Amino acid sequence: MEHAVNPWVAVAYLIAGVCFIVALRGLSSPATSRRGNRYGMIGMAIAVATTLITHDIASLPEIVGAIAIGGGVGFVIARRIQMTAMPQLVAAFHSLVGLAAVLVAVAAFLNPGAFDILGGDGNILAVSRVEMALGAAIGAITFSGSVIAFAKLNGNMSGAPILLPARHVINLGTLLLILALTAGFAVAANAGPGENGMFWAVVALSFLIGFLLIIPIGGADMPVVVSMLNSYSGWAAAAMGFTLHNTAMIITGALVGSSGAILSYIMCRAMNRSFISVIAGGFGAENGGGGGGSAEQRPWKRGSAEDAAFLMKEAGSVIIIPGYGMAVAQAQHVLREMGDLLKEEGVNVKFAIHPVAGRMPGHMNVLLAEASVPYDEVFELEDINGEFAQADVAFIIGANDVVNPAAKTDKSSPIYGMPVFDVDKAKTIFFIKRSMGGQGYAGVDNDVFYMDQTMMLLGDAKKMVEEIIKAL
Amino acid sequence: MDFISILSIFVLACFVGYYVVWSVTPALHTPLMAVTNAISSVIVVGALVASAAAGSPLAKWLGLGAVVLASVNIFGGFAVTERMLAMYKKKDKGPAQNGAKGGKS
Repeated sequence: MEHAVNPWVAVAYLIAGVCFIVALRGLSSPATSRRGNRYGMIGMAIAVATTLITHDIASLPEIVGAIAIGGGVGFVIARRIQMTAMPQLVAAFHSLVGLAAVLVAVAAFLNPGAFDILGGDGNILAVSRVEMALGAAIGAITFSGSVIAFAKLNGNMSGAPILLPARHVINLGTLLLILALTAGFAVAANAGPGENGMFWAVVALSFLIGFLLIIPIGGADMPVVVSMLNSYSGWAAAAMGFTLHNTAMIITGALVGSSGAILSYIMCRAMNRSFISVIAGGFGAENGGGGGGSAEQRPWKRGSAEDAAFLMKEAGSVIIIPGYGMAVAQAQHVLREMGDLLKEEGVNVKFAIHPVAGRMPGHMNVLLAEASVPYDEVFELEDINGEFAQADVAFIIGANDVVNPAAKTDKSSPIYGMPVFDVDKAKTIFFIKRSMGGQGYAGVDNDVFYMDQTMMLLGDAKKMVEEIIKAL
Repeated sequence: MDFISILSIFVLACFVGYYVVWSVTPALHTPLMAVTNAISSVIVVGALVASAAAGSPLAKWLGLGAVVLASVNIFGGFAVTERMLAMYKKKDKGPAQNGAKGGKS
């Protein structure tokens, strides 16, 4: 093979890698983000073109066909997908990267000559064996984990955690077995092309462990899971980059890997939970002892759409807190309309978004952007939390745990320590909720329901906001 | 390239990733995931190498399969990111914001 002969090839891959860095850098502000995305596309085009130019292509028509089929499918999906379905889509896309990594690793195992990793003794190089086994393992975990995450997010599977007995022992044992088999494969005497069943065992066990790792994790922890799988898909690409000695793949893998890891960390911090406890799963399965035995009936006030319209029209400032319920009800457009009407009345309207609102990082921001809410009216938790004390109305739509004061006061609560919005400081609280029965994903009662200044607006979020608009 | 140079690139790229990703505004975390997903499809390079090589027909078809999967991600990932980013708009400073933004739906 001609690799390493032409230094320009290495330079081209390096440029592709740098384009990807610039692409992520562009996301530091919405103003530069689209240019960043273009850099990403340029980087990908350079990587693909370089690969095609520098290899003897024995099957160009098939390759062009494969790109056309995949590209067409991807493009149509991207155009048609609803913004509320973005978490599922991202999970589905992760599963494809994972599976592609497995296929590439298997192809490298079957035809190591093409990848320049065949040693003089007819065996695959030992380092390359470790890299391909790890690449295949991470890819397989990404694939099966993402399939489960997709099924849970898309509602094909209940979001409730599925807890196998002794699952920690099973999972840990399987992971250790995968590592042991990888080591065995690396030092095996017979490791020619396609030889040695230990590689296949690694792949099979990795598919299995991906399923086992994600089924015990509940729906509310999906932001962490999706971020984590994002990270894995990067590490899988990096592992294959090591096999191919390709800088574009290594740089990209490292970028994506750290990106997913940082997002997971941000999500965990926003829930005040450790990464380990999220991964161990089971959250929301037990009916948390929080709320201090307040399960008995407590008095609460029911408000009407007219009340809400009247009070908000008279208010000086309204802070709207959207949550996953808004996404489910597709209420973002009517919510924007309500905000516009209030602004016409001279009300100062702001949107407040908690880092874990929704099912993936930034989920609510995208939905509000879709509804043409300007991004400079949307605020992060730490930027707006001080303003509730001056706010006339806190309008909570489809959020629950992120406004629960038990996180600040009740040490026995499962969400204790999680940073929450200080809605209780607002003069009036409107809380849109389907019914009084259901609770947040943490399964904790919320004192906000029973506060003097709270009015519960029971019903479908979208219908309720539409009624408020009518009353305005 | 020897293993140590590759490892050096990898480790340094992890640090670059760390600093670049922390600078991403939280409002764009969903597009960040979509675009990282698209660029992690650079695994298509490996898929192309596998499908281009003669020798093992099975490896070639696996490679082609990987090319299809990665292409779904590349085109889908960049297109959906573009679609999302196009929605992020600043407050229009024009003639008061009285709902006359002409936004559809």
